[in-house]
Amino acid sequence: MKVLVTVKRVIDPYVKVRVKSDGSGVETANVKMTMNPFCEIAVEQAIRMKEAGIVSEIVAVSIGAQQCQETLRTALAMGADRGILVETGAEMQPLAVAKVLKAIVAKEQPKLVIVGKQAIDDDSNQTGQMLAALLGWPQAAFASGIAINGESADVTREIDGGLEKLTVKLPAVVTADLRLNEPRYVTLPNIMKAKKKPLEVVKPDALGVDVAPRLKTLKVQEPPQRGAGVKVADVKELVAKLKNEARVI
Amino acid sequence: MAILVIAEHDGKQLKPGVTNTVAAAAKMGGDITVLVAGHQCSSAAQAAAKVAGVKKVLLCDAPHYTGGVAENVAALVLSVAEQYTHIVAPATGFGKNFMPRVAALLDAQQISDISAVEAPDTFVRPIYAGNVLATVQSSDRIKVITVRATAFDAAGEGGSAAPVENLAPAPDAGLAQFKGQELSKSERPELTAARIIVSGGRGMGSAENFKILEALADKLGAAVGASRAAVDSGFVPNDYQVGQTGKIVAPELYIAVGISGAIQHLAGMKDSKVIVAINKDSEAPIFAVANYWLVEDLFKAVPEFTAEL
Repeated sequence: MKVLVTVKRVIDPYVKVRVKSDGSGVETANVKMTMNPFCEIAVEQAIRMKEAGIVSEIVAVSIGAQQCQETLRTALAMGADRGILVETGAEMQPLAVAKVLKAIVAKEQPKLVIVGKQAIDDDSNQTGQMLAALLGWPQAAFASGIAINGESADVTREIDGGLEKLTVKLPAVVTADLRLNEPRYVTLPNIMKAKKKPLEVVKPDALGVDVAPRLKTLKVQEPPQRGAGVKVADVKELVAKLKNEARVI
Repeated sequence: MAILVIAEHDGKQLKPGVTNTVAAAAKMGGDITVLVAGHQCSSAAQAAAKVAGVKKVLLCDAPHYTGGVAENVAALVLSVAEQYTHIVAPATGFGKNFMPRVAALLDAQQISDISAVEAPDTFVRPIYAGNVLATVQSSDRIKVITVRATAFDAAGEGGSAAPVENLAPAPDAGLAQFKGQELSKSERPELTAARIIVSGGRGMGSAENFKILEALADKLGAAVGASRAAVDSGFVPNDYQVGQTGKIVAPELYIAVGISGAIQHLAGMKDSKVIVAINKDSEAPIFAVANYWLVEDLFKAVPEFTAEL
């Protein structure tokens, strides 16, 4: 079966994010970029399923500027078979992303789409669920385990109080949570091999999708800083402060 | 304006974030209707009717709403969506699961995890793990919103109970089947509802060592949490995790033990009222957000702390 995975290029999660001085957005110039960590988990999952003989082909899709080709090459170096970049310089909000992906799914006809549960830049946590809705497919969001069982998938989901078991009919959209797997590192020979793998570039217009943003960002700012704390000498002093000063115990 | 709040519940009671979500909805202005969908959940509907600010409760009781299956809950919300200007749910595992489905089918761009309401169409939401706050304005006809419960004070009990009306179920979509849950069993309060949380990090060293934190938590009537590092090391289950990839909490007192303070952990707890950090590394970044910090070996400090209480 064919699997589609999505990869988003984001600011490296270990980089300190800075707000632009005019408050219009976040500084991305000369900032280290990387594949969204949850997308890495999605790609890894598809590869493991291919290694297990369940998946025949893995198509990786990214949406954004020309530099997203690098992110796609990383997915190819991990083990995806080919890449598609939907190239656009416009701001892409989750609904628009889901519409673009729906058009790609219509063309590629995968039986399973695996996406990261959330991108660590805008923290929306929407795209997978929206894509499933637009396709009329079931979804298994926040997956920590996937087993394909004929025409359905048995998925373990992370929920607030523990775990949930869900069976979804295929085709379906699965969104990857943290504990689904630990993504592999790419090796140099695989990076070289990935350069030869096919990478197609298309424009959103060619897909006939309206990608206009619906949310207007009025401003971005840093949250208020917490005041400086007090160092206590020992447990006795700590307990006294909590009782008499903070009055929380 | 009219607002529909989708309640999360366990059949009997509302989940802790629901009253906060109602409080957030009240700031948007307009009559608030609460939808309680599930199986054998009339007590939860009665509880929703008593929340201050709620005008009406819609109760939809059918077996295919068990477990809050996203396809079915979304279809039900859509069956009444046109009567509302805002559709609101808590940004918990429950709300995050089905709300984007509702939004996509209404052709609306969901506004996730709001922490403030500036105007009926303008909201503040944290991005980049809470390191940046974005103020966004929606142009959608029906606004679909999830709420960060810890950012709003809970609505109290109202004077008189709102009427509860039955809502006919939408058909079972038959796409997904709920097979069951494995919930972590604990006598302690739930993380997101606890007044005090004691959290452990990589410094705890082992699952066994978490027992000293549990002893402290039990003395304080606190919930036990953990950093992602402690979860990844296998000390505690994932549902203990506080942080960007876990639960967002804001208790009155948060005690971080053996937690260095990675950005991803701070994102989940830095809105706590009072933060205490205990770490033997005097350079630990957690001290930057702590109200009180103690540089000491946790294996000495924690048992002492428990004994002092």
